[in-house]
Amino acid sequence: MFRRLPAITAAALLAAALAACGGGEPAGSASAGSSGPVTVTMWTRAATQAQSQRLVDAYNKTHKNQVKLTVIPTDNYQPRIAAAAGAKQLPDIFAADVIFVPNYTSQGLFLDITDRIAKLPFKDALAPSHMRLGTYENRQYTLPHTLDLSVWFWNKDLYKKAGLDPEKGPTTLKEFAEQATTVQEKLGKDGKVHGTFFGGNCGGCYVFTFWPSVWAAGGDVMNEDGTQSLVDKPPMTDVFAIYRSLYEKGVTGPTTKEEQGPTWTGFFPKGEIGVMPMPSTTLGSMPADMKIGVAPIAGPDGGESTFVGGDSVGISATSQHPDEAWDFLSWSVSDEAQVEVMAKNKDVVARTDLADNKYSSADPRVVLINSLVAKGRTPYALKFGQTFNDPQGPWLRLAREAVFGDASKVASLNESVNQSLQQ
Amino acid sequence: MAGPVSGTVHVTAARAGRGRRAPARPGTLRALAGMAYAAPTAVIVLTLFLAPLVLVVVMSLHRWPLLGAPTFNAPANYAKIADDPLFPGAVVFTLKYTAIITVLLSALALGLALLVQERRPGVGFFRTAFFLPGAVGFAAAALLFYGMLNNDVGPFGFLGVKWTGTPNMALTSTIVLVLWRFAGFNMLILLTGLQSIPVEVYEAARSDGASRWQVFTRITLPLLRPTLALMLILSITGSLLAFDQFFIFTNGGPDNSTVSMVMVIYRNAFFKFDLGGAAAISVVLLAVLVALNTLQLKVLR
Repeated sequence: MFRRLPAITAAALLAAALAACGGGEPAGSASAGSSGPVTVTMWTRAATQAQSQRLVDAYNKTHKNQVKLTVIPTDNYQPRIAAAAGAKQLPDIFAADVIFVPNYTSQGLFLDITDRIAKLPFKDALAPSHMRLGTYENRQYTLPHTLDLSVWFWNKDLYKKAGLDPEKGPTTLKEFAEQATTVQEKLGKDGKVHGTFFGGNCGGCYVFTFWPSVWAAGGDVMNEDGTQSLVDKPPMTDVFAIYRSLYEKGVTGPTTKEEQGPTWTGFFPKGEIGVMPMPSTTLGSMPADMKIGVAPIAGPDGGESTFVGGDSVGISATSQHPDEAWDFLSWSVSDEAQVEVMAKNKDVVARTDLADNKYSSADPRVVLINSLVAKGRTPYALKFGQTFNDPQGPWLRLAREAVFGDASKVASLNESVNQSLQQ
Repeated sequence: MAGPVSGTVHVTAARAGRGRRAPARPGTLRALAGMAYAAPTAVIVLTLFLAPLVLVVVMSLHRWPLLGAPTFNAPANYAKIADDPLFPGAVVFTLKYTAIITVLLSALALGLALLVQERRPGVGFFRTAFFLPGAVGFAAAALLFYGMLNNDVGPFGFLGVKWTGTPNMALTSTIVLVLWRFAGFNMLILLTGLQSIPVEVYEAARSDGASRWQVFTRITLPLLRPTLALMLILSITGSLLAFDQFFIFTNGGPDNSTVSMVMVIYRNAFFKFDLGGAAAISVVLLAVLVALNTLQLKVLR
């Protein structure tokens, strides 16, 4: 029997290891069924931490059950979700960048909450693009959590110094380029102030800041199903060309080409940039004494659009506390949470019926941003993340060639975008 | 290393076990004691190495979703490796990186080891100074360089050099990082080899009138060969599995110019959620590494 021992030990240990991998309870979930207050675990990404934290704090103050929020660095969020799902260690609730949601639902990570949503009295007013991306094969899996819209911010002080009208922001992408160039020419001599900036080595940044110009011009970046790329055609190529000329004329900040994403919104608040696309969620955290104008992103010759980004939130398929989790989720889209937590902090509300509320009217910029929700778009593609956000994905190569490199390669690189979308 | 050793112990024990009718002999006891001593290592190897290894092989034969039941699809995961648009470039890049790093690292480590070989006043300070970067976690070191060489916030950013701006600069910066982090550790390995060379051999050479260069090429290098072999194997294996520095410091960029093979595995698993495909590449990489190490051991012995 000794001869068999190693094999038996191996088999036993293997079984134990596999069981340990497979049978793990979600971290932090207390044993279900008991009557005491339940702690529900929730994950969110750093990019929308402020909004999630405010919602969780407000909920915890007024409820017996508690939500425990874990914030994960934005760049690591997707891998962390994948690793946790593989180990069946997802939290009870997790928010996700809305454009990743179709992939997550197709992987079965979220619990089907169609019937729960149907009972909400305001279900038809939930942010439409978020709801569309949370629907998979006619079942609904997510609620809108935060809305983050791309808009143009311009620095009124710099505009004044450069001799531009500080109250008149750009209404076309061409005007945007002209005004950025003026700021650069008038104020850029000492290298501290630059006309504009964008995340030049960041796929998600291009998507968020360039695509609205395409939509505003009446064009599109993909077909309806997100399986065929249109980024090698106008108006996308026109938009690329305008940004390219800004880069070639030295109007963009010196690290534009290298910016990988983590710091791309950091230059505007320092007063270094004349005009640039920015996420609407950063408006509330801008320096109080800074005079900022907000304009919708326009196409080369006009129109207006925005990328309706942000997070959706759902209950994980492996949660032990779906009822408690839903209690928090349904509260988070209620009038109370949306007006007294989100709107009060200048955030975009997740419901169209609350766009006009007692806080939004105090700041015309917030009214403008709220009004863009209906005009904006959220692109749908099952393979969005690996195609457009992944730093090794094909889109970043294409965008960088179009803006900084050899624009004639765009056509052939578009083929690899198509391949990635159709995988 | 511990795997084969504990295996031998088991085999001996099994042979001894056949004579159980007789009262326990010293040999059996010794074998049992040996097994007991080897057991903790065996358990660790089984749980932390063999079990995951088996799991990876099993995964590579299946379509393995994040949640839900896997379905058998062999050999699809292996067949599609060649179709991965990043993989061929990653193989070439990893080999190139391994070649550069191995040459530079060996030369630098050997130079440092020769510098601090002899006991002189102050040599302890330099030994410590050279080794100290090795005490920094590699991921932390990569992050440190990311911060230091960042053009916006880093202390070296003002120089105006785009440290990771072009493919060649990104590779060069990474090589500097790796040399800084690992030269001291490899120096330490070579130092133990250098100090195991008997002083008498040097004295004999000198009394025969050998020049310093002759001593180095005829005595030091040949006697250092086993230690050099160990260092080369560690360096080559480590470089072929490079991940942290490219993931954290260059993020594979610019323009996918610094994507290593392990980064392709990572991307498949955690961005494309193709766990089966990632496992298949891992298995192939493992097979290549085993073959390469066997070859290396044979050549260098």
